[in-house]
Amino acid sequence: MIRPPAASQYCGQQETTDVTHQPVISAKGLDLTFQTGDGPVHALRDVSLDIERGDFVSFIGPSGCGKTTFLRVMADLEQPTAGQITVNGTSPEAARKARAYGYVFQAAGLYPWRTIGGNIRLPLEIMGYSRADQDARVARVLELVELGGFEKKYPWQLSGGMQQRASIARALAFDADILLMDEPFGALDEIVRDHLNEQLLKLWDRTNKTICFVTHSIPEAVYLSTKIVVMSPRPGRITDVIDSPLPRERPLEIRDSPEFIQIAHRVRDGLRAGHAYDD
Amino acid sequence: MRNALPILTVLVAILAIWYVAVAPMNIRVALDQAQRDGAALQPATALERQEVSVWALMLNNPAQIVGTYAMERPRLPTPGQVAVELWNTTAEMALNGRAMSKRSLLYHGWITLQSTLWGFALGTTLGILGAVAIVYSRVVDMSLMPWAIISQTVPIVALAPMIIVVSSQLGITDRTVPKAIISAYLCYFPVLVGMVKGLRSPAHAQLDLLQTYNASGFQAFLKLRLPASVPYLFTSLKVGIAAALVGTIVGELPTGAISGLGARILIGDQFGTPLAIWAALVAAAVLAGALVTLLDLAQRITLKRMGMQA
Repeated sequence: MIRPPAASQYCGQQETTDVTHQPVISAKGLDLTFQTGDGPVHALRDVSLDIERGDFVSFIGPSGCGKTTFLRVMADLEQPTAGQITVNGTSPEAARKARAYGYVFQAAGLYPWRTIGGNIRLPLEIMGYSRADQDARVARVLELVELGGFEKKYPWQLSGGMQQRASIARALAFDADILLMDEPFGALDEIVRDHLNEQLLKLWDRTNKTICFVTHSIPEAVYLSTKIVVMSPRPGRITDVIDSPLPRERPLEIRDSPEFIQIAHRVRDGLRAGHAYDD
Repeated sequence: MRNALPILTVLVAILAIWYVAVAPMNIRVALDQAQRDGAALQPATALERQEVSVWALMLNNPAQIVGTYAMERPRLPTPGQVAVELWNTTAEMALNGRAMSKRSLLYHGWITLQSTLWGFALGTTLGILGAVAIVYSRVVDMSLMPWAIISQTVPIVALAPMIIVVSSQLGITDRTVPKAIISAYLCYFPVLVGMVKGLRSPAHAQLDLLQTYNASGFQAFLKLRLPASVPYLFTSLKVGIAAALVGTIVGELPTGAISGLGARILIGDQFGTPLAIWAALVAAAVLAGALVTLLDLAQRITLKRMGMQA
């Protein structure tokens, strides 16, 4: 029923399914230096990480630690100055052109002149899906993010949380295996955030996507992730990678369990250790 | 209706100032007239009166003040006189089936409107195309933008005769063409500036998002930049159409044109009929107001249809 949008994506999938246990995203010794007026800024220094299929990976760290930059390198929105990175076994550029990932920005960034349905349709129009296929996909992802019935509403008629859900639906619409999310809930209040976290976990469980998730929040990172990557700034680097022992099934109450608190502690320690360099 | 009160207040204030100004503006001419009619004045001769301020003249000859409000050729006509003249040269002529007579402001307004609309269409097209080129090409941005700015610093009254000479040299006999060019010259600039701003208005993240879809440049233009620029475009169009009208009227002034609102103003000046000038001025203002209102309406409808009006 769902056909791949381009032949190139098919190639990408074939490659990753043939080679068993090949990581979905693999970075080795990534460096990225921005040349600015005040001299070079080391956004990433010697970053190496493997992300497996179906992982939920959170990147946490203070501002300037390079977590967003790392995500943008995966998305081919930034070019590393040194090191290697593969996405689905190919270069990020090839992966982007094969539409291998959906990207969710901090701001929902819905077009005000398009309805919610029209916004979700946007990538599908660009990728040349048939009208009937577009309709089916829009309806399906709207159900997935629990926005059924809002297709004809305009963005300004929705709350911030609903807008962000719509932007997630937009990223899901073309069935990319990878979801890159850059602080998608950063601008939302705690209650809405809790609710969306829960929904996101369900969505991840149902769709079995690989999710890379940038966040500022320790509880959010621990609650969502199978793998937590702690980063620290100047230069941006990975200081700790924690494989979460929490089960896939996670009710909100899990946040009161000793395991949860223990992981949160380790994340906090990692963040603090990273900061020691600053003082 | 909540807006009516402030608007009416301003209108009444303008009319009041205008009305009060009529007496000092006209007193000298009124006294000269009265002198010819044999009235006793203080001072008695025009030569003597030149040394006296209008305020003193009004104080010394209060009986003549009333005459300043009913002169045949006033320096400053009253609002009522202008209204009557406007009525006589528009609605009344239309009622008598002479709407397109050479003495009718409807006829002259129609001539001006035609050039204005042609100039507006031409200027808007050039402005939009220029803006697209500027947004998509750094070379064009660097080379075209300074000329666009310089073009607006040249006084249009200086340029207008040249455009007319050149176009008649090229064998264009239709007067509409050079006037439309002058009009377009004034009108393209606000459209250009507004469209450049509008096409550049999408946030960086919006463009990044399209890149993650591997969208082509043309798709980004069609689906993001163009719709994002629509509110900016309408704001510019409203400025542009007013500029286009001014351009047309200026184009009618120095050209020996015999029709059009600009020509009416010039002829009124040459023949010493200020009422005709004022009527033409008011007609031009009404025309500009109508055009801007129409565009405003189009803006509301378009934005509502695009879902952008909350």
